[in-house]
Parts: sequence; structure tokens; C-alpha cells
Amino acid sequence: MNTPHHIRTPLAQVRGYGAAKSGTGDFWVQRVTAVASIPLTIAAVVIMIILLGRNQPAAAQILGSAPVAIIMLLFVATITIHMRVGMQVIIEDYVHDELARLALIIANNFFVVIVGLTAVYGLLKLSFGL
Amino acid sequence: MSFMVEMRSLEGRPATERPLSPHLQIYRPTLTMTMSIVHRITGFGLYFGTILLAWWLNSAAGPDGYAKFQAFAGSWIGRLILFGYTWALFHHMLGGIRHLIWDTGRGFGPNEREWLAAANLIGSIAITVILWIVGLLAWGGPQ
Repeated sequence: MNTPHHIRTPLAQVRGYGAAKSGTGDFWVQRVTAVASIPLTIAAVVIMIILLGRNQPAAAQILGSAPVAIIMLLFVATITIHMRVGMQVIIEDYVHDELARLALIIANNFFVVIVGLTAVYGLLKLSFGL
Repeated sequence: MSFMVEMRSLEGRPATERPLSPHLQIYRPTLTMTMSIVHRITGFGLYFGTILLAWWLNSAAGPDGYAKFQAFAGSWIGRLILFGYTWALFHHMLGGIRHLIWDTGRGFGPNEREWLAAANLIGSIAITVILWIVGLLAWGGPQ
């Protein structure tokens, strides 16, 4: 990084960041997961409606079957990555205190991993009967 | 941020004298602006709603846990949350499709952007109502 008395941005650092060569990772991930989440959300909602009114053994059997479990795993993975980026943008926009911002960004990462892996654990348990 | 603070102190003026860009409340509300704000709010809500998704998927392994989840989901507060979650999900999805269209450089015309915003709102409400009619037929009345 530049020393404090340098005000000009080093050109070498900026070169190559144009035309999305790098430095736009979060932007790109947000678009990829957005596109993926459209069919996956529709599929997940259809699965939820199919499971309405069914008892626990039937729900467990359907959720644990390979196609349903794989769709739900993809759904969980996609939306958790998507919401990690989305919440970080919200934090960066509104939380101006540096320490609070860092703490919330870390908390965001923790939350997303905990919720995501908890959901994955539930699905794997139904699939493999752990 | 520390860079900005340094720049201000070098100029010898307090930060408050610097011109600030106008914020939301200075503009007349428009449909596209409201939809943009709602997109962010629905995303924020959906984020915490994933706790329910994780609970549901973990409850299905045993009868007791599933009964607890079903009791919550069948209660009036549970149904209200799920109804709001359904609308937020489809509003965010349609809003996201709108943003993907914008990413290609299309849909920015004065008529197109208004039409897209209206379609976003009407579409999300229509999908929510249709899904809940289907869902309540499958689910049965209040428990």
C-alpha cells in the first residue's frame, strides 16, 4: 500500500482493473448466483408446495430423495453466497464507522456459513440417514 | 476512510463545510426509486428468513421436530411470516430479473423503466396470491 504522504494513486495498481479484468469479483458472483437462483427458487418453491399437508415420514422421504435433495442443496448454496455479497453491500453503504463495519462484515460471513451449513446438514441427514 | 479524513485535515476545514451530495429525502419519490428501495429491503428480510429454511430442513428428520415446525408454520403469525416471505422472495426475484435486463443496457427508456417497475410489483403480488391459493388448497384451512 502507499505511504500516507503519497496522494496520487499508483498507476501500476490501477492498470488492469479496467473492463472487469479484476476487482469486480463480488459484482460478478452476485450476477452468477442471481441467474442460478431463478430456476432453483422456482424448483424449491414447487418442492415446498408438494410437501404441504404431508406427514413427517413422507416429507423426510421426499426431501431425502436424490433429485430433491440435490436441488435443495444447490438452492441453499446459491442463495447463501448471494446473500453474503448482498448483505456486505448494505453494510458498506450504511455503516460508516470502520470498526463496526468490519465487525458486521465478519458477522455476516459467520451468519451465512452457519445458516448455510446447518441447512446442508439437515438435507444430508435426510439423504443418508445419519 | 482514513485517507478521506487526512485529506480533510490537510485542507484545514471541518468536514461539515464540504458540499454533501443530496440524499433520498430530497427527491420526489418515484416508482422506480421505491422499487429499488424495496428490492434492498426484501433482500434484507430474505437473508434472515433463511433461518426458517434451515430450521425446516433440520426438523424433517423426526416427528417431534417436524410437529413443532408445523405448529409454527400453521399458526397465524407463522402464516403471516410465510406469506410475507413468499412475496419478498418473488418481488426480489422479479426485481433481480429487472436488474439483469438493465445489466445488458436495455430497459432504461422512460416508458420501459416504469413498465418494468409496475410489472415487478404486480407480478410479485399476483404470484404470491396464486401460490397461496394453491398452497392453502393443498394445506387445508387454519389449524
